Amino acid sequence: MMAVGQAHNRNSFLDNLAKNLGRERRHHVEKPNWTHQPQWEVLKGASQDDLVEVLKKQCKLIHTDIHETVSSELSTLITHLIKEYGAKTVVTWDDPRFEEFGLNDLDEELSNEQVTVHTWDREGAEENLAFSATADIGITFSDATLAESGTVVLYSDKGKGRAVSLLPAVYLAIIPKSTIVPRMTQVATEIHRKVEKGDMVPSCVNFISGPSNSADIEMNLIVGVHGPVKATYIIVDDK
Amino acid sequence: MAMKIGDKPFKERVSDGIDDKFMRGAVSSAQGRFRSGRLNAAEELGNWEDWRKLGEEIRSHTIENLDYYLELLSENVTKRGGHVFFAETAEEANDYITNVVKQKNGKKVVKSKSMVTEEINMNEALEKAGCEVIESDLGEWILQVDDHDPPSHIVTPALHKNKEQIRDVFRDKLGYDKTEKPEELALFAREKLREEFLQADIGITGCNFAIAESGTISLVTNEGNARMVTTIPKTQITVMGMERIVPTWEEMEVLVSLLTRAAVGQKLTSYITALTGPKQEGEVDGPEEFHLVVVDNGRSKILGTAFQSILHCIRCAACINVCPVYRHVGGHSYGSIYPGPVGAVLSPLLGGYEEYKELPYASTLCAACTEACPVKIPLHEHLLRHRQEIVEKEGKAPVFENLSMKAFSMGTASPAMYNIGSKLAPTALGAFAKDDKISDGPGPLKNWTEIRDFPAPKKDRFRDLYKKRKKERGE
Repeated sequence: MMAVGQAHNRNSFLDNLAKNLGRERRHHVEKPNWTHQPQWEVLKGASQDDLVEVLKKQCKLIHTDIHETVSSELSTLITHLIKEYGAKTVVTWDDPRFEEFGLNDLDEELSNEQVTVHTWDREGAEENLAFSATADIGITFSDATLAESGTVVLYSDKGKGRAVSLLPAVYLAIIPKSTIVPRMTQVATEIHRKVEKGDMVPSCVNFISGPSNSADIEMNLIVGVHGPVKATYIIVDDK
Repeated sequence: MAMKIGDKPFKERVSDGIDDKFMRGAVSSAQGRFRSGRLNAAEELGNWEDWRKLGEEIRSHTIENLDYYLELLSENVTKRGGHVFFAETAEEANDYITNVVKQKNGKKVVKSKSMVTEEINMNEALEKAGCEVIESDLGEWILQVDDHDPPSHIVTPALHKNKEQIRDVFRDKLGYDKTEKPEELALFAREKLREEFLQADIGITGCNFAIAESGTISLVTNEGNARMVTTIPKTQITVMGMERIVPTWEEMEVLVSLLTRAAVGQKLTSYITALTGPKQEGEVDGPEEFHLVVVDNGRSKILGTAFQSILHCIRCAACINVCPVYRHVGGHSYGSIYPGPVGAVLSPLLGGYEEYKELPYASTLCAACTEACPVKIPLHEHLLRHRQEIVEKEGKAPVFENLSMKAFSMGTASPAMYNIGSKLAPTALGAFAKDDKISDGPGPLKNWTEIRDFPAPKKDRFRDLYKKRKKERGE
């Protein structure tokens, strides 16, 4: 049972708002059906293959490398990329999909290369952070993928730490092809429906589109600020 | 710093802005890039007007029912184990935040970008309580390292500084020894701030959109610093202006799409982070404790007035990026952390006419702001409304308008007077004109030309030319 938090000062604050709005407090409001809903028109009717093309094109704009492969080749491609990037430390989620996609032996395959692979430890908080903070690559699966904006969506959970996609220098996302949807609309609606059913929203939902960047110095785009300096996506055909 | 920046009077601030050649160059090129980014993003969608109408409808419904949605939000935050504090004033907000930090024995606070924490002067309150407060947004950090230089833009706060100036600031204050290349400057910031993130006890964020239905707060960022602030420290405090809320995830999605396109022309920023409560049992990273501070600080006075729609603002800065006045005078001239058209409407409402009565006049009423606004706030109409109220309250306009407008209204009161007036003008003003521009005008024009050039009246007026052409054509 989760502890319930406190709300301080609420009634006087909200009473004042209602007063200024010239009415009594409202305790029930029906959200209207919005007159215009253009968000559903974007990439309407696109096939999964169309969406892959849109995603690949968008990745060019957001400075993100993208590869395509099939399940049986995934492990080979990842070990190849790890070597190519010259990485020595890799951190991954503790996520059953690693086993489903034949990635549980990454550790052994890379042991000859002096690469250390750390799987997110559900017990060791500080150790995970310390490892991730200096890791060369962080690897996660994508829980949902947005074609329009080149975005991978990550739902936090026990084995799915927030730091894996944040602290390492390179972020590598594995995108099962079936997770690709047109845009943010589809994911937001799915989460909204879950909330209506009374399901718990993950404590952290991250929509990640490429590497971190900034335009704070003379409006020049700098790729790589506090988050990863490089992002790579792998689309894997899971059908 | 509070909402007010600097102590100089309006005219001096404007002169400083006009004289700052680098700032003006930086602002105009930034405006160009922002603007084309927004227009491309709009064009790509095809039906941008429908998106704007949807944005307007969502914002209008939400603010009209703000008490309901804030209640729902707070219920859902507390259900997930977070705490909510409703602060009517800046002092109440700062007291609560300072107390939380003290209870946690917090010494080092890392912050991601938040305008409302600037508005309530939170950093100073925390520093007084003995905390170190570190800004982690690159632009905000640069300003902080440079002895708290005020922000000049709500999206890129250090817009008025060039890379050489930034290099010098880093060198003088932090012993930086590399070049002015933006990549090297950013790498330096990454290394310096990485240590701070890993040591901080408290993380403080702003909030782009709180989602009422699930008690979630969302952050729209590019650098990854807001994720650091909400991943590593044990305690997270989020401060939001009370209007920064949407009913459900569906509306959050629409407004985020409008925000990122209108602000920088991106389809989405690198990170949209939606956080619900503290970390759940069994999760390894994320905060153990979560506090949400909802700030009024003068906003509720705007509800129920003709200015209510300024609370629809989603802080994209599109109006700032198209404003011809901002382009010339820069952000510091507004004397408020909220510059440009939105600032000229909002600052007098939050800070009072006494302090900000000139701002509604720092506008040409060209309506470019209204046209650019992704949620269709009639900004230029609000500016006019301010002018009306100022005139009604004070019996006169605050700056030069009364005098110059009186002369103008005399000259334009009747066609006969206008004819005489505009016929006389070239002769009267000719002496002040240089290259057909009047830069140092007399009498009523003086105040105007201190800020910009006034086109010299043509010797041939349009009416005369028209008559002449008609005659020539034998009409």
